[in-house]
Amino acid sequence: MRTTVTLIDYGVGNVTSVERALHKLGAEATRANTAQQIDEASALILPGVGHFAALIRALDERDLRASLLTALERGVPFLGICLGLQALYDSSDEAPELAGLALFHQRVCALPANVKLPHMGWNQLRRAASSRLLQGIAADAHFYFAHSYAACVADHDSDTVATCSHGSEFVAVIEHENVHAVQFHPEKSGQPGAQLLANFLRIAKAAS
Amino acid sequence: MSLAHRIIPCLDTDGARVVKGVNFVGLRDAGDPVALAARYNAEGADELVVLDIAASRDRRPTFLETIRRVAAELAIPLTAGGGIRTMEDARVVVRAGADKVTVNTAAVQRPELISELSREFGAQAVVLAIDAKRDDANHHWQVRIRGGHDATDLDAVEWAKRGVAAGAGEILLTSVDRDGTQRGFDVPLTAAIANAVNVPVIASGGAKLPEHFAEIFRDGNADAALAASIFHDNIQSIRDLKTFLAAESIEVRLSC
Repeated sequence: MRTTVTLIDYGVGNVTSVERALHKLGAEATRANTAQQIDEASALILPGVGHFAALIRALDERDLRASLLTALERGVPFLGICLGLQALYDSSDEAPELAGLALFHQRVCALPANVKLPHMGWNQLRRAASSRLLQGIAADAHFYFAHSYAACVADHDSDTVATCSHGSEFVAVIEHENVHAVQFHPEKSGQPGAQLLANFLRIAKAAS
Repeated sequence: MSLAHRIIPCLDTDGARVVKGVNFVGLRDAGDPVALAARYNAEGADELVVLDIAASRDRRPTFLETIRRVAAELAIPLTAGGGIRTMEDARVVVRAGADKVTVNTAAVQRPELISELSREFGAQAVVLAIDAKRDDANHHWQVRIRGGHDATDLDAVEWAKRGVAAGAGEILLTSVDRDGTQRGFDVPLTAAIANAVNVPVIASGGAKLPEHFAEIFRDGNADAALAASIFHDNIQSIRDLKTFLAAESIEVRLSC
């Protein structure tokens, strides 16, 4: 049976390229923008690009927050991409008045101004722990980043499995049980990106 | 471990086909954009830029179809532009599959366009394209519009700073003096802009030899370098170029 992934489509962000990357890997992708569709999902991807406020507001305006949190609690395999990673934290300095999904408790902060921003282009990761998403991917592989905010690295944080550095060290890959997220764009990251998505599909299939 | 310098092939199109020629004179066909996109994606390009240099209203649907077909070939970011004058122009280009849009003439005429785009898509999706020409009489670089044709009274360094303050997340800087000459990138111009703004700068115009790329990264402080015909005509392979740069200890992405 082919894996079907539900892509949360909240009207911003480049859902099409994620969808296309999944199709190339032989997976089915359906777009979802209602709570009911999220309730029925067997695997979820939250893509995102742009402003933290746009994503959080879109989730709340469409009443998706509760369904999403329930799905994550229920163990549905989840992959957040870029803003889809940042949304998992308590809050972001980009829009401090808004509450994130608060699954992880570091803060999302602005990258330091002593380097060029946005952090745009191909960078490498520092592996901090063994990772399901990064399995089979060369240690020196580059991934494509395009962001100015990032989750700060905290001490004793076993969920952060890889970091990246641009001015300061930040969370690049986070994994906690069924919840996975990456700060870069696997759908734009050539072969290593495709491998990462394939790894997520394998995780999703094993869970179903 | 640090951010890799990007090599970016550029497809100048008339909407449907890749064309070559300076200032719309003597345009000749240089290939199918979809086939070239697939080739560059496989050869290790870090990003692709597709421009509609004709930018005529009636050819717009054709250009959008080109973006869609090019985007379908890529596992790397895509930037599209040429003739983007309004928010709606940008929206359809993004919907067609572009990750970033470039604005040039329209931003000079109405700088608020940059802020509007940045608010809607985020700074990382807004590339301010600047065509600059040396003005020796006044010891500066002058901003040119309409494909480098028309003079303006803007200073390129000041305009870059204003554009970034308005919300541009990247500068695509073309030297009008070097464009098409294959004499190398404009190092002083690129360094002047790259040192004046805190966003990535893509250098364009004049590339031929691998040494030109090494020079623009090392001395011009460029974050990325763009070229067109040397890649289309197989004068320079992207893979060989990156191998050369890596041997020069310039950080690049070798595997793809």
